[in-house]
Amino acid sequence: MTRIVDPTDERVPLRRTLAPRPSKLSGTVAILDIAKPRGDVLLDRLEEHLRDRLAGVEIKRFRKPTFTKPAPDELRRQIAGQSDFIIEGLAD
Amino acid sequence: MASQQASLPRFELKDASGALRKFPTGRVTLLCFVKEDCPTCVMTMPLIEAAHCAFESRANVFSIGQERDGNLKLIERHRLTVPMLDDSALMVSYANDIEIVPTMVLADADGKQLTRFEGFDRADWQRVLDQLARLTGSAVPAIDWASYPKSRPGCGSKSVEPEIAERLAAQASGSRLTARQIELGSAQDEFEFMFDRGLTDGLPVVTPTPERVVRMLAGTRRDPREIVATVPPNLAPVTIEKTAVNAVMAGCKPEYLPTVIAVIEAICTPEFNIHGVMATTWGATPVIVINGPIRKRLGMNMGMMALGYGTRANATIGRAVKLVLRNMGGAKPGEIERSTLGAIGKFTTCFAEWEERSPWEPLHVERGFQPQESVVTVFGLEAGSRQIADQLSRTAHALVGSLGLGLEACWHPKQHGAGEVLLIVSPEHADTIARDGWSKAQVRGRIQQITARPLRELLPDEESGEGVPLKALGLTNPTAEQLSQRVAKFRKPEYINIIVAGGEAGKFSAVFGGWVSGPMGSSSVSRRIEEVP
Repeated sequence: MTRIVDPTDERVPLRRTLAPRPSKLSGTVAILDIAKPRGDVLLDRLEEHLRDRLAGVEIKRFRKPTFTKPAPDELRRQIAGQSDFIIEGLAD
Repeated sequence: MASQQASLPRFELKDASGALRKFPTGRVTLLCFVKEDCPTCVMTMPLIEAAHCAFESRANVFSIGQERDGNLKLIERHRLTVPMLDDSALMVSYANDIEIVPTMVLADADGKQLTRFEGFDRADWQRVLDQLARLTGSAVPAIDWASYPKSRPGCGSKSVEPEIAERLAAQASGSRLTARQIELGSAQDEFEFMFDRGLTDGLPVVTPTPERVVRMLAGTRRDPREIVATVPPNLAPVTIEKTAVNAVMAGCKPEYLPTVIAVIEAICTPEFNIHGVMATTWGATPVIVINGPIRKRLGMNMGMMALGYGTRANATIGRAVKLVLRNMGGAKPGEIERSTLGAIGKFTTCFAEWEERSPWEPLHVERGFQPQESVVTVFGLEAGSRQIADQLSRTAHALVGSLGLGLEACWHPKQHGAGEVLLIVSPEHADTIARDGWSKAQVRGRIQQITARPLRELLPDEESGEGVPLKALGLTNPTAEQLSQRVAKFRKPEYINIIVAGGEAGKFSAVFGGWVSGPMGSSSVSRRIEEVP
């Protein structure tokens, strides 16, 4: 009989429930640019379309300092505090 | 004869009749650790029996035998009435640090040690019998001392035989291991189990049994529970023990462990940014360079095939680091490790600098360490090297010119203003450069000079859409003068890291291309390695 010592992280992952999905889009939408080259081209167009279609919604743009690292805590707090929705374009 | 007031470990063992004997006994007790195949133990048995007969009404004498069959032989041969306790599991011998048999330990009623001696010594025995007589108010038994030698050395305890000692260390209560242990069914193939659980890098791993992990932990003086680093992407707290488990799996020897630990510490710094190095769609990996005396102690390859395969330390140190990232950090291909193509160096990329063959000071000295210190330096670079041939140049100027042109191909020939690379200069190339007495600074300068191109040649165009984007330079409508300005390949000359390694024959050097360098990506980090003699 073989015993092995567990090589993995033994912590139990935290379960988080998703925030309730609102039935209508209102308030502030954050658009997060992760700073990949040309990501802004896509996000600019997206912002244009959203402004056309959602007259009463405020749009705020945020940008990570670099795509190579997770967003700094301060930026995450800022986005969470200032917006009701977020659109984030992941890399590539 | 040692005499001190230490509390001895409590135990319960069965005697030959199957009755459970407990220690401490509430009375003065003489513990006699013996094994049958030790002639000194055999010679001592009549004395143990005599002590039992003389003091049994007021004290306990326990013979503690290390082999079940041997115990029975001793009972039969010496017609023993003294309780013979079965310690064939050796846990009590281990807990009492028995290295030699016979070992006699006299304890008081609460289990505190009064006296302890090893082997056979007439004077020790006479003293302990006197002590027992005094403590119990009994008479000293009559012994024919003339029939005993003055002294005789004992034998090695079974509990310190190499294989057994490791098993005991792993099993001992209060063992240094705290990680969860998984018991496999007898019909279960351990290698298949580890593949199925996703614990390997695609090649088989060494089974991390508790014995092997304990042996691995002997490679460091650090506490197994100590946290080495918080490892991304899952931000897992990685202990020395978890590092050791993965080092076993990678095939490391215990003496490699401090190097693995130093690498984990180095890559988990904010400057190195291992999260990005693992997650990037570019094929990056921690490229590990070892400097200092430890290179030789671990048998690292820095000569022929240094960047290749076939050397245990090179292969397994880098592999252990990747297994920690995978099993603890959660960086798995297809999950957070997302390289488009990857590269074979993602298994392991670890080698040493051939300092003695280099005309320059070694990498770690250049980075502020002493030559006699052992140091790891990690670079977030491409997970594989590319070779640059120049068999014809006979001057440093011409040869380094060739190396520069080779380096220009990193990322993309038109991407200038680039970050860190690692240039590995082969011995023959190093000789050519050394003949002209060039410093590393001169090498870097020449590379920057030969790769500097007018901006207009570097712009994305219809022939090749990649290049230096004007926006990145803050230019919208560049003047002719601006377009004529030359841009060197590297943002800073220091981004060209240089070491010497490789076989004596072959006018080929090699380069590890970069990823994103500096505060926006990854910066190389050096860390001193714990020296464990």
